[in-house]
Amino acid sequence: MTSMERDRMIDTAVGLCEKYRNEPALLLEILHDLQETVGYIPEETQPAIAKCLNLAKAEVHGVVSFYHDFRSAPDSNITVKVCRAEACQSMGANRLLEDILARNGLPKTGTSDKGVTIEEVYCLGNCALAPSAMIGERLMGRVTADRLQSAIEGVGA
Amino acid sequence: MTLTVYIPDDAAALSVGADDVVAALQTAAVSKNIDLTVIRNGSRGMLWAEPLVEQVTDKGRMAFGPVSPEDADALLDAMVNDSDHPLSLGPTDEIPYFKDQERLTFARVGLIDPLNLGDFEANGGLAGLKAALALDPADICGIVTESGLRGRGGAGFPAGIKWKTVHDQDVDQKYICCNADEGDSGTFADRMLMEGDPFSLIEGMIIAGLATKATQGIVYIRSEYPHAIAKMQRAIDVMEEAGWLGDNINGSGKAFSLKLRKGAGAYICGEESSMLNSIEGKRGTVRSKPPIPAIQGLFGKPTIVNNVLTLATAPIILARGADFYKNYGMGRSTGTQAFQLAGNIKRGGLVEKAFGVTIRELIEGYGEGTASGRPFRTAQLGGPLGAYVSDDMLDLPMDYETLAQNKAMLGHGGITVFDETVDMAEMARFAFEFCQIESCGKCTPCRIGAVRGRETVEKVLRGEDVARNIALIEDLCEVMTDGSLCAMGGLTPMPVLSALRLFPQDFDRAPALAAE
Ligand SMILES: Cc1cc2nc3c(=O)[nH]c(=O)nc-3n(C[C@H](O)[C@H](O)[C@H](O)COP(=O)(O)O)c2cc1C
Ligand code: SF4
Ligand code: FES
Repeated sequence: MTSMERDRMIDTAVGLCEKYRNEPALLLEILHDLQETVGYIPEETQPAIAKCLNLAKAEVHGVVSFYHDFRSAPDSNITVKVCRAEACQSMGANRLLEDILARNGLPKTGTSDKGVTIEEVYCLGNCALAPSAMIGERLMGRVTADRLQSAIEGVGA
Repeated sequence: MTLTVYIPDDAAALSVGADDVVAALQTAAVSKNIDLTVIRNGSRGMLWAEPLVEQVTDKGRMAFGPVSPEDADALLDAMVNDSDHPLSLGPTDEIPYFKDQERLTFARVGLIDPLNLGDFEANGGLAGLKAALALDPADICGIVTESGLRGRGGAGFPAGIKWKTVHDQDVDQKYICCNADEGDSGTFADRMLMEGDPFSLIEGMIIAGLATKATQGIVYIRSEYPHAIAKMQRAIDVMEEAGWLGDNINGSGKAFSLKLRKGAGAYICGEESSMLNSIEGKRGTVRSKPPIPAIQGLFGKPTIVNNVLTLATAPIILARGADFYKNYGMGRSTGTQAFQLAGNIKRGGLVEKAFGVTIRELIEGYGEGTASGRPFRTAQLGGPLGAYVSDDMLDLPMDYETLAQNKAMLGHGGITVFDETVDMAEMARFAFEFCQIESCGKCTPCRIGAVRGRETVEKVLRGEDVARNIALIEDLCEVMTDGSLCAMGGLTPMPVLSALRLFPQDFDRAPALAAE
């Protein structure tokens, strides 16, 4: 990262803190927005956020690392969440996950060369139409590896 | 020719193509010169029939489903000519799955346009709130207590008693926090209600505010529910504009405002004190009790934490009276419960029935058995921390006490069905794995126990020292049950021990051959 990029990210983070009136109780909102803007929570922004909200750096880091949603590395262009909770397992979620990883050339969850990130999640609230997956904010029910893969390709991977 | 149809924009309906069906119907309507009006409703809860299309006729609403975009042409013809169609399910209200339900909390879900306040009011909405506005706070608490309404989030604590505790605190600032974190596998009722009838939740929260003199409400929704978040936000805006939220509720001089907060993907944030920490912008670790949130909750102030369905049920109790509600149900489980049929089940969906319906009626009657067509093996009741049940438990009635006596629990009302291909030792391993991933890390029995538990089940799976390792698992479960700070670690033994007790054959592994 160049120092200019770094400064820009810090500015973004500080701007978001201001948008939320530097309110420490709104740290999660700030992080959600930052991740939406930048794609992840850059390590470099954490001290700045801590300063704005009058928190210890460790507190901000603690929050970022506690929640599954927050990433500390750049996002890819497509994030696919495959549900692996019980209801989806009863309809073959484990095999679905294996298949979709294989089709994207991934040995385990992570990001492929083509920038497809595959994550496992535990329940998307679509358990009657299991197995379920989500691409971005698009929820898919009764999903098969074929349908999921063509949806991934449809988004442009 | 004009035609009006309802098609849900509930997340589950969308997940199987409801938007594509809308687009196909609109295209077909243009080519046929039909003036088509599409109203987007919530889901009726017959998720097996989604996308469900309902035609408005003078004989009532006629259902068709599951509809795919290719059906658009023929479907419109059938609707216009009132002729047969293979996807016809007849009048919606007469579909057996729907007809036999006792819908109180979900009465309007799927019936109305969720953001149409006029529709809401015309179908019984706001009646409870109007009644509450005319009552003393203590009387509202009294009616809710009298109704026997218990918390629907899992623990089943009497709502009225919680409300009364907050009511009795003599401080200025109090909060109503709605727990919409719904992380349990097999459950989706909170999501369906927020998407299908968000005003009812808001109405319930205002009533809770009036009952306790809390003027600030917060709905904490998990980030996995983007549709529900969007719907709730729009519903809040509509209610604000209409003057039902704000400084002067419908001109009464009383105030209540409502905000949304989004989770960040952590199951433990469904536990009430972790949720409060999360709303305060902190890590979602569990707080030790006492003090209970009703005395020291959000920002240290008295706080009601209730589940979505608990709050959304308050309006009908205020509107129809405690006795009306109490007459449903059995024993100390009064009223109705939103049962959610999920997993390997032919007709998955939401069934609202009075407590006391048997597991078999739900799985075999409504659900019509497994989706795969293979024999039923087990069902997990009450989410990932709930017990598995065997065939010979299916005639048990669903109520808090009966299930507890049988080492099971109702939780949030989810029923996840598995066919004969399930490996129960693998499910026990998964229970520990889930606890390991989602533990908040605050106490040792849960944080370390989950890891050791998973490792030990893995040994059993490999056939290593099976009897000794099973004994170890049982010991560990005892430590977790007795020593954990919250029900995450405290209840993980439920699925594990029920699997061991009911399906011992699955754990009886022979050691793998050396050649393998
Ligand atoms: C690990 C864990 C997860 C929980 N998840 C939820 C949840 O997602 N939604 C919910 O309403 N209650 C959940 N609960 C129960 C809450 O702690 C709390 O009892 C409930 O929200 C109180 O509301 P009620 O009285 O209306 O049920 C959870 C509890 C534990 C221990
Ligand atoms: S039981 Fe688990 S989740 Fe609950 S407080 Fe202890 S470590 Fe946290
Ligand atoms: S278990 Fe997969 S969506 Fe609920």
